[in-house]
Amino acid sequence: MAELNDELSESLSGEESSKEETGGSETKEKWYKRLRKGITTSTSEKREMPEGLWSKCPECHYICTTSELKENLYVCPKCNYHHRIGSEDYFEILFDNKKYTELFDNIQSIDFLGFTDLKPYQKRLDEIHSKTNLKDSMRVAVGDINSIELVVACMDFEFIGGSLGSVMGEKFSRAVDYCIQNKLPFLVISKSGGARMMESAFSLMQLAKTSGKLSQLSDAGLLFISLLTDPTFGGISASFGMLGDFNIAEPGALIGFAGPRVIKETIKKDLPEGFQRSEFLLEHGFLDFIVDRKALKSKLTTLINLIEH
Amino acid sequence: MPQYPNRQFLDFEQPIKELYEQIDQTKKLAEKNSKIDYSQTIEQLENSVFERRKNITAHLTPWQRVQLSRHPDRPYTMKYIDKMLTNFIEIHGDRNVRDDKAMVGGLGELDGETVMVIGQQKGINTKTRQLRNFGMANPEGYRKALRLMRIAEKFNKPVITLIDTPGAYPGMEAEERGQGEAIARNIYEMIRLRVPIICCIIGEGASGGALGIGVGDRILMMENAWYTVISPENCSTILWRSWEKKEVAAEQLKLTATDMKGFDLVDDIVPEPDGGAHWDYDLSASILKDHIKKALNEVRDLTPERRTQLRIEKFGKMGHWQEIG
Ligand SMILES: [Zn+2]
Repeated sequence: MAELNDELSESLSGEESSKEETGGSETKEKWYKRLRKGITTSTSEKREMPEGLWSKCPECHYICTTSELKENLYVCPKCNYHHRIGSEDYFEILFDNKKYTELFDNIQSIDFLGFTDLKPYQKRLDEIHSKTNLKDSMRVAVGDINSIELVVACMDFEFIGGSLGSVMGEKFSRAVDYCIQNKLPFLVISKSGGARMMESAFSLMQLAKTSGKLSQLSDAGLLFISLLTDPTFGGISASFGMLGDFNIAEPGALIGFAGPRVIKETIKKDLPEGFQRSEFLLEHGFLDFIVDRKALKSKLTTLINLIEH
Repeated sequence: MPQYPNRQFLDFEQPIKELYEQIDQTKKLAEKNSKIDYSQTIEQLENSVFERRKNITAHLTPWQRVQLSRHPDRPYTMKYIDKMLTNFIEIHGDRNVRDDKAMVGGLGELDGETVMVIGQQKGINTKTRQLRNFGMANPEGYRKALRLMRIAEKFNKPVITLIDTPGAYPGMEAEERGQGEAIARNIYEMIRLRVPIICCIIGEGASGGALGIGVGDRILMMENAWYTVISPENCSTILWRSWEKKEVAAEQLKLTATDMKGFDLVDDIVPEPDGGAHWDYDLSASILKDHIKKALNEVRDLTPERRTQLRIEKFGKMGHWQEIG
């Protein structure tokens, strides 16, 4: 169910293997990877990064410094391309004065099945834990956005492709309970290749587990906003990702059930320009609106105020 | 079910095929030499077939079980409907796009009780396999399933789902029409449906495509079915970067009925005739019917509120993690 084969194996291995796609996307991928490496390092490292490090936009090739890019919320100043960012960045963008409390950060994955592919699952987990500050593919935080208290659950693609496993399912469930106890709105920021295969059927069952919790949130009359970012696939789109009172997305994000390569192989045809992008989903009626990252905080504030007042 | 020589054999079923060939030859001999009594030989060979069948299902690897779940002679949803229900009326269409032939359903009587049965349907030959899209439903198939569940809910009839799919269809139009949303909506609504739901994986239970009709009060799984998050082939392609590791992937995924029951992810295993469901359709259907009725009786009397609560708790318990500090 992890539908983005290439991207997932890339994030699984942590190797610098170049994507073997032909055509114009090749240069794009290389630049993109170089940039992503720069922007997904842990926060402490990020601060130590020399100011003069340059980054090039994969869409329009505009060159600017990484600090300039960060200033612009990792959105290309020239063409509005939204770079992929992680939970830390989203929390800093959304919460007032970058202040928030992280919840349930003591929950971690275990290799219950003793799953081994090219590497044992436990080893993969250990490696990511030693390389990053991330504990799993989702972090939950509570804090104020423009003085409205909000619970935000945000995925990190860097952690096994943002995959949905037992930990994400449990954190999501506890976040819902927290919202119900404290009568708070809930925002989930998705960025995931799909279910975590190393947890086999347990990962699949998280679709039902999280949907069940959303049923309780709905009965409590509380607001659930699903923000889909690049990329969101498989189990996320087949569960809570598409179950928001409002499903919204960043511009240009790839969103779908099956990954583009799988579809291409199935129908044996090239996919049209813009297929599975946010704008495509909006056109087909599956998104309520698309929101620029720079307008995200204010638009969320307006929406929540409209609902709650 | 097909009789020899129209029966199809998987590679590990070849010894049975050889026995059939021997029976065939002996019968021909018997026709030629009416003076010699071959009946004992034939009887012995037929007993050997039974022994072989028993032996095969006793020692299957996970991958062989996957192969068995896809056996071309295996009974599919419509076969079980035909054998288990009376007065069945098929109901078509999602009232929106079209009638998805990969998802079937309708009302019928299960020993006198009206039930709504819904399931993926595979074809039995080249033509019908295409018609049924190999049991891979489009969004309209999931929406048709939900429409049928709503009818059941309105008239207070239990829902039975029979799951048999290699996955939801990964096509362009499926994406345009919201495959993810359709499955998500079904999962959500099945948690809340006010009437009993009994689900059974009768063959392949692949991923969200299976779970899209797989949420209920009781989840049953047939002995030679498999159920997990991805097919072993696709898992092999992604994690091992090669199609060749499907056998290993099947082992690692722990996708058999025994595994799933051991993990408490399914409630009950439905035994199959020796050698697999394809050896005896009547027996397979009657065992399945007994298990469905038993499950139904266990959950029939719950209030709708309690039912939803129990479903949320049931799936809420699924998962393993550790808490540090
Ligand atoms: Zn640009």
